[in-house]
Amino acid sequence: MEIPYTSQPRPDTGIYNAKVGIWLFLASEVMLFGALFSSYILLRVGSAEGYWPHGLLNIPIGTFNTAVLITSSVTVVLSWASLKMGNFGRYKIYQAITILCALGFLGIKSYEYREKFSHYEVWLKKEVTVKHGDKEIKTDRLLGHIEHQGHHAFFWNTKTLAGAPEEKDKDGKVIKAAVLPIESFKLLPDPFHYAMTSKEMAHAKAEAAGKPHEEIEIKSSDVKRLSAFVPGHSTYFAVYFTLTALHALHVLGGAIVIFYIWGPGAKMWKTDPERYINRVEVSGLFWHFVDLVWIFLFPVLYLL
Amino acid sequence: MSDHSSHEDIAKHVKVYITVFIALLVGTIVTVGLNYLHFDNIVLTVSIALFVAIIKASLVACYFMHLISEKKMIYIILAFTAFFFVSLMFITIGAYHDFPALTTTH
Repeated sequence: MEIPYTSQPRPDTGIYNAKVGIWLFLASEVMLFGALFSSYILLRVGSAEGYWPHGLLNIPIGTFNTAVLITSSVTVVLSWASLKMGNFGRYKIYQAITILCALGFLGIKSYEYREKFSHYEVWLKKEVTVKHGDKEIKTDRLLGHIEHQGHHAFFWNTKTLAGAPEEKDKDGKVIKAAVLPIESFKLLPDPFHYAMTSKEMAHAKAEAAGKPHEEIEIKSSDVKRLSAFVPGHSTYFAVYFTLTALHALHVLGGAIVIFYIWGPGAKMWKTDPERYINRVEVSGLFWHFVDLVWIFLFPVLYLL
Repeated sequence: MSDHSSHEDIAKHVKVYITVFIALLVGTIVTVGLNYLHFDNIVLTVSIALFVAIIKASLVACYFMHLISEKKMIYIILAFTAFFFVSLMFITIGAYHDFPALTTTH
């Protein structure tokens, strides 16, 4: 069956069908992200004073990634304009940059995620004194990286410290060796804590800059709770990972579609150029929407 | 965008796209820069950040997504979207002021 109005506008709407389709889809996407955003607002506004983490994400990297996404958005629209002017070669170049930017964005995001998985908060049973620059601070909540047996530890939680007994299958064969409990570990503390105001945080960061980190040896028996910056850490990280991972999936999906049209689907430029240009426009509309979502996600999650 | 744009029209659009691109980058720098100034007033901080974000989003929607000159059909779809989106946000505000009985709050 022939799909109607792929290149010519439909008389009653005045536009080709795919464009109505993508806008209806984007409308549903607005509601999807809107629901998550409103959940975020409710959780944020409802959190107790001093309990909403901030300053835990890497702002320079986030800013750079924002620029990468904005660049990809402009190359998408420039590639469409190139096709409109009949310049297929330039379209190819612009869209190649788009795909590279999409991959770059995902790569940087993965790096950020990885950093979070080895970054910890430790809640202690008793207060300890930590040196931040020249200042001494008493606290029972520490932030930092854990070093254990010469490696950075990933995905630890309170249970990790207790070790694990060996596991056997029903014939009594050992399928998983016992993990010894961890008596103590080294924490490389961050120079700030998120209960500080952003001003204090900046001050602590500046003070600690260039000075060697003072490691703290922590006994597991003194630990009340320990968690990497994973969704289970707090409501904040649950929201952060939900929103950014859903957004990253959109980036991935958009990149696949744009790549398909750019590569294997490019034959259509010869057979039905009008329809091909429309495909590029529709995939571009989706891409701009993904950019638009990030424009809100970035300040909300990184800065506020 | 009209389907009968000539090459000159498109060439003009390209200039607009580049201008918008630069504006978006400047907007990003402004948002991040203001964050480093550390206003003590949280309402002011949030307002400025959201204000810049809304301007950036409008630029993307109006120029990159061509909403500045679209057909009526698209505007109708978006009017519904806007209505339901705003309603959703009001439900959120309502929920904040309407805790179920026996809820512990800090």
